[in-house]
Amino acid sequence: MLITIVVELKDQPGQLLKALEPISKLGGNIVSVYHQRDKITPLKRIPVEITIQIDERKVEDLIEAIRKNGVIVRSYNEVRLTATTSLLLIGHIIHTDLGDTINRIDSTGFAEVVDMHISMPQLNHPSTAMITISATSEEKLKKAIEILKNTCREKDITVIEPLELQ
Amino acid sequence: MIKIAIFGFGAVGQGVAEVLLNKRDALRRLIGDFRVVAITDSKGGIADENGVDLLKALEIKRKRKRLPEGITTLDVINSLDFDVCIEATVTNIEHGEPGLTHIKECLKRGVDVITSNKGPLVVAYRELADLADRKDAKLMFEATVGGAMPIIKLVKNDLAGNEIYAIKGILNGTCNYILSRMEKEKLSYDQILAEAKELGIAEADPTYDVEGIDAAAKLVIIANSLMDMDVKFEDVERIGITNITPEAFEVAMDKGYTIRLIAEVDKVERILRVSPRLIPIQHPLAISGTLNAALIKTDLAGDIVVVGKGAGSKETASAIISDLIELYRC
Repeated sequence: MLITIVVELKDQPGQLLKALEPISKLGGNIVSVYHQRDKITPLKRIPVEITIQIDERKVEDLIEAIRKNGVIVRSYNEVRLTATTSLLLIGHIIHTDLGDTINRIDSTGFAEVVDMHISMPQLNHPSTAMITISATSEEKLKKAIEILKNTCREKDITVIEPLELQ
Repeated sequence: MIKIAIFGFGAVGQGVAEVLLNKRDALRRLIGDFRVVAITDSKGGIADENGVDLLKALEIKRKRKRLPEGITTLDVINSLDFDVCIEATVTNIEHGEPGLTHIKECLKRGVDVITSNKGPLVVAYRELADLADRKDAKLMFEATVGGAMPIIKLVKNDLAGNEIYAIKGILNGTCNYILSRMEKEKLSYDQILAEAKELGIAEADPTYDVEGIDAAAKLVIIANSLMDMDVKFEDVERIGITNITPEAFEVAMDKGYTIRLIAEVDKVERILRVSPRLIPIQHPLAISGTLNAALIKTDLAGDIVVVGKGAGSKETASAIISDLIELYRC
């Protein structure tokens, strides 16, 4: 899942590493790091917003690990995926590394494949999949669709897009 | 007295001649007196300043499959006096000929042109529109897009004053027939294509339809003439329907969708493409059979949807006759 964490860091070298190190240890993927220098606290700490992609079950461990490193975690939230759409794929979906196809969307940090329904009529015949993608905004959803289309062009898979994004 | 020349005497040209014959009185009340002074096909033609006998011309064509030799379309343009040409020769979207030359020569002489031929407009819409303007002649082309379905004059006249943001449509009846039959019968593309060929809905070589070429040509005409764009056929992103499987319909149906070949031009999002798309089954574009449909997105009128027969001799004649009446209504 995609989460944002807001931590407060002392304005000293090495502070950010204390917050980031547990993320990579737990297999999380950092999507963005944003220093909110304009929102410096009365105690001169800098709020830093970190967006990461991480296994849902590891979130609690992660927060605990960051706190153990002496970093103040002010808040953490799941990033809501507000835009969703479904597309149809026709072709050799499985044998062109389905995992890779999905991962190209999931690794963006702003979009995820949230549902997939595959029909495989016969061996060696093209299969069909209805793939549902969610993203953080409609703009990001369009970007994710472009990535999917490019991936499928490489793999000779036909993409049938919806008439309109709901 | 309106003098008409008909160039191209295939299904469309003959359909027009039949309507001019059968509805003569009703048409006279609308546009005044008229006569056809020449009819040509690729082999020859008939010309008579005092009016060609349409019934006889139709009989000759049906019996001999061609008009008498000895006269060409360019002969007619160069030597005969007429007010309007109905250009219904065969479409070629690569070079537009022979229609492109016919239309140019007529417009140069200030002769109005009504055409059902997509080729010349796909190749040279801007040039032809400018030429018509300079020569104070009219270029009418309702029959090039959507057959009997009104769209060109609908947008130009009835939606005048609106900005057109986008048009999404089903502009090829053959593809729509194949897809809607696949949806209902759960048969393969090849099986339904064979059926469509037998029924005369698909050509022996269906490439022009099933690869989206025909729909893309119509989309170019729509974009250039109704949305003030300047696009070429090569600018259209194009995916046909040949890869679509019966399972695709099943999987789509589970989520409440069907699949149709949609031609889409969107000025805001800068989209120009023909591709199969998922359509909610309740959507007005989820139509079946050989119908055409278009969804027009405008600033003032909101969304407008039109549906109608996209091909056929009588249906195409309907579009041509409506152009004729628009030009000369008393």
